[in-house]
Amino acid sequence: MSTFWSIWISVIVLGTVFGCAWLLWATRKSQTTDTETDRTMGHSFDGIEEYDNPLPKWWFYLFLATCVFALGYLALYPGLGNFKGLLDWTSTNQWEAEVAEADEKFGEIYAQFGDTPVPELAQNEDAMKIGQRLYANNCSVCHGTAARGQVGFPNLTDDDWLWGGEPDDILHSLVKGRQGNMPAKGVMPNMTSQQVDQVVNFVLSYSDRERDAEAAEAGAEVFAQACAACHGADGTGMTAMGAPNLTDNIWLYGSTYEWIRETVEHGRQNEMPAQEGRLTSDQIQILAAYVYSLSN
Amino acid sequence: MRHEIVEKNLGLMIVLIIVAISGGFLAEVVPMFFQKDVNEPIEGLEPLSALELEGRDIYIREGCHVCHTQQIRPFRAETERYGHYSVAGEFVYDRPFLWGSKRTGPDLARVGGRYSDAWQRQHLYDPRSVVPESNMPAFPWLFEDRVAHTSIEARMRTLQTLGVPYTDEQVASAASEIEGKFEIEALVAYLQQLGTVISDRR
Repeated sequence: MSTFWSIWISVIVLGTVFGCAWLLWATRKSQTTDTETDRTMGHSFDGIEEYDNPLPKWWFYLFLATCVFALGYLALYPGLGNFKGLLDWTSTNQWEAEVAEADEKFGEIYAQFGDTPVPELAQNEDAMKIGQRLYANNCSVCHGTAARGQVGFPNLTDDDWLWGGEPDDILHSLVKGRQGNMPAKGVMPNMTSQQVDQVVNFVLSYSDRERDAEAAEAGAEVFAQACAACHGADGTGMTAMGAPNLTDNIWLYGSTYEWIRETVEHGRQNEMPAQEGRLTSDQIQILAAYVYSLSN
Repeated sequence: MRHEIVEKNLGLMIVLIIVAISGGFLAEVVPMFFQKDVNEPIEGLEPLSALELEGRDIYIREGCHVCHTQQIRPFRAETERYGHYSVAGEFVYDRPFLWGSKRTGPDLARVGGRYSDAWQRQHLYDPRSVVPESNMPAFPWLFEDRVAHTSIEARMRTLQTLGVPYTDEQVASAASEIEGKFEIEALVAYLQQLGTVISDRR
C-alpha cells in the first residue's frame, strides 16, 4: 500500500475515534447539571417533548470505553494503513498456525499407515475407521454411501473391476484418476440402425438375457468389428482401457435393451477425478485399503 | 452543545450525516480501488470462454448463488473440505462477483474438476439420484433449452468495456461457437472451470 493511502486510512480511522470521544466529552461539558430534572429541550412536536438530561453515567463511561478499546485494538491488530500491529496478525498467519497445529496432531496418525501395504492396511481396524470417514467425505457423492455405486458410477463392493482390483490398480485410480470413454458405435461410426439392434441383442446374449435370437446371431459379426477391439473377442473386457466385461451380468449403464442401445448409439464418457493434490498420499493409501477391504 | 443549530438546519444535518457515514467507506473501500493485489489477476487467470460465460449467466438466472457461495475462507475447516482459500486476484474478471452470502448447499469456489461432467449433468437433472439427502431443486429444462447465442456478443462487449481482456476475435466468434448448444453444456462448462487456476490444496 502506498504511503498516501496508508496515511489516508490512518487519519480517517483515528479521526473518527477521537471525533467520537470529543463529541461525547463536549456534549457532556455543556450540560449544566448532571442530575435528572424536568427541564425540556424547549421544542414540542405533536405534543411530544424531549427532556434535557445528561446521558446515564454507565452509558457515558461505556461509550468512552469503546473508544479506548478501539485504540487498543488498532495498536495490536492491522487497522492503520501499513502498520502491521504489535501482534503481527494476518488471516494467513492464523490459518497457517491452525493447519500446523492440526498437522502435528493428525499427521502422525496418518503417517503411521502411509507405508503399510494396502492388503495389510485393510486388516487394520483403526485405519479402516479413518478410511470409512475419508470415503464418506470424498467418494460417497458418486459411489454412494454404501459404496454400491449407481448408474454410471461403479459398485465398489463387488468383484468386478473396470480398471483392475489389485492394490496398485486401485491406488492408480485414486491418485491419477481414470478417463472412461466409449465412442458412439464403437470403432464402426457408420453402423446402421439395424446393426445397432443386432449388436445389442448379441450383447444381451452374453448374460443370457431376453433377446431376439436371430438378431443376436447376426450381431456377432458386428461385435467383432465394432466392439471387440476394446471389449475383447470374447466380450470379457480389458482393464487396461477400462472396457467392462460384458459377460458377467454386471451393468454400469443399465441392463435392458433400451439402456444398452442408448450406450451403443451415443457412447459413454465418464471420469474418475484424480485425488492427487486433493488428498495427501497417506490419506490415499488409507482410502485404497478401505476400497480394497470392501470386496476382499 | 446547541442541538438546535443542527436539528433545525436540514442542509447542515444532511452534510453532517454524510460525513458521519462515509468514514467507513472512505477508509475501507476507497483505498481498495487502488490496491494492486485486489485488482490484478493471479497468474494463469483467463477470461471465461463464450460457453463458460453463458453458463455463468445461467448460474445467475437460476439463482445458484442464493444457496451456493463461491468464496473459501482462510480457516482449516474450509480448506480441508474445499481446497485453497480464495484470493482476490481470482475474481478480477467477475462482474458482478458471485461470492454469495449463504450456504444452503456447499461452496462451489473450487468445484471445477471435482466431479465428472457426467455426474454434474445427472446431479442437475435429478439431484437426489446421486445425493439422496440433497434438497437442491432439479433443473431438467437446462437439457431442453438452447443457449442465448444471439446476445453473447453484446455481453462480451460490455465486459470488454469494463476491462475484461477479450480480444475482438473472441467476441466475433462467440455466437457461432455456442450456437445450438444446450444450456446444460454451458453450465457444466462454467462449473468445471471454477477455481481451477489454483490447483494446490493449500
